Amino acid sequence: MISFDRVSKRYSEGHDALREVSVNIGRDELVFITGHSGAGKTTLLRMIMLMERPTRGQVIVDGQNLAAIGPRGIPRHRRNIGVVFQNHRLLLDRTVFDNVALPLIIAGYDHREVGRRVRAALDKVGLLDRERAMPVTLSGGEQQRVGIARAVVGRPKILLADEPTGNLDPALSAEIMQLFEEFNQVGVTVLIASHDLALISRLHHRIITLRHGRLVAGSAA
Amino acid sequence: MSGRARAVGGRSGPVGRRDGASQSRTRWRDQFNGWLRHHRLSAADSMQRVLDNPVSSTMTWLVIGIALALPTGLDVALDNVSQLSASWDSPAQISLFLQDGISDDRARQLQEELAGREDIAQTQFVSRGQALEEFRTLSGFAEVLASLDSNPLPHLVLVSPADGMAESDAAALRAELEDYPDVAQAVLDMEWLQRLNSLMELSRRLVLAVGGLLVVGVLLILGNTIRLAIESRREEIVIVKLVGGSNAFVRRPFLYTGLWYGVGGGLFAAILVSASLWFLRAPVSELALSYQSEFRLRGLGVMGGLNLIILGGLLGLAGAWLAVARHLVEIQPR
Repeated sequence: MISFDRVSKRYSEGHDALREVSVNIGRDELVFITGHSGAGKTTLLRMIMLMERPTRGQVIVDGQNLAAIGPRGIPRHRRNIGVVFQNHRLLLDRTVFDNVALPLIIAGYDHREVGRRVRAALDKVGLLDRERAMPVTLSGGEQQRVGIARAVVGRPKILLADEPTGNLDPALSAEIMQLFEEFNQVGVTVLIASHDLALISRLHHRIITLRHGRLVAGSAA
Repeated sequence: MSGRARAVGGRSGPVGRRDGASQSRTRWRDQFNGWLRHHRLSAADSMQRVLDNPVSSTMTWLVIGIALALPTGLDVALDNVSQLSASWDSPAQISLFLQDGISDDRARQLQEELAGREDIAQTQFVSRGQALEEFRTLSGFAEVLASLDSNPLPHLVLVSPADGMAESDAAALRAELEDYPDVAQAVLDMEWLQRLNSLMELSRRLVLAVGGLLVVGVLLILGNTIRLAIESRREEIVIVKLVGGSNAFVRRPFLYTGLWYGVGGGLFAAILVSASLWFLRAPVSELALSYQSEFRLRGLGVMGGLNLIILGGLLGLAGAWLAVARHLVEIQPR
């Protein structure tokens, strides 16, 4: 589903974020990416959603070489990927419902379909009764679950998460991870960047370890 | 896992892998409907945002309204003046000063002869006696005139050319009349009209220049307003781009914001111009009446008002487009 072939990324100031990274992630996999901050976890995720382009090497996502996607193709590419951010990145002046509906509005669904899907997604993350609430009135864990609902509401094939449990206590973190596992069980490829080794080592999934931009463990399933 | 939850995580998206002909047609229609829906949504949302800030929106509307009302008002005024000058039945008059020593009868005969011509609408005979009398009462030189031995004034025949005669034809008529043996001199009273016309032309160009400058001003004001709107929604734009919103999608609400500001500004301009005309109407009628004229101030009219609103809307769109083209591309997810 996702394949990195000797991918390097050097920023203009000479810092190497990724060095010769090669890795294959299968269709039904849930994979953790770990490493110290600055090891290249975020850069790897950003390349999959085309926020970043490799300096060398190629990235293939769902059979599509990302080098062949021009600026105009980026929005369409991103619509096939759900993303969960560490700081949620919710629209603070919109309700929970509107936040979750955003990807569907962009994709142009009619409002009945939007309503149906948003409620299904909110139900899945356990926030169905909060659809009229504003994000600031929610706890950190609830906000993160709104972010997850927004990421999955468009039924993406790939779900990316960058430190999704970064600001949560262990119990909430485990709940969130369980949600990701459930999405993975219905066929979504899930890729989670996290430095919470204690948590992810309990979950028995493949763990890719990066150190100073190099892949040091987990290159094969 | 419940059925509903499966619907969320499930793989079956609205677009199947196998795109048959009919499938791609429905897909196209879906996309079109989605596009239309987003237009409606953006239009309503932008309107709501404009109305949510009544004070600052009204200020923007007023600024645009005044900038548009100034040249429009001047243009309406010019229209009225040109209508007024066109309403004088005869734009030009030819004064025929007859030779000395021509008798009253001969002069009257000439007047009647001229009145019969097709290219002459009207003639009027002013005998030298009449003229002297008129001059005496009007000029206040009665004593000076009384000291003269004889009447120095010639007979005068006033000739009004036929309606709608062109300037050049009137000039030709003047030359022809001057060749009459009884006529000493023929004068075409047209200079003031020419002066008025060139004055009008000058004013028209001034209005155009001022209007052009103010239109540029309106564009810049709108561009700046939209730039601020973009700036205040920067984080939202980043998020929308992250979840797959295209540039057109991000652009749309701002273009509608510009449109609403422009349309509102045009409406304000129409109201301002109409209000000023209403304010001037009574004194103008009074003035016209004192000149025995039926002249009435002409307003913008419904079409003029509509045009102003459309113009405002177009300017709003253009200003928004300028701002959006410059600032939206810069905002990329980092």
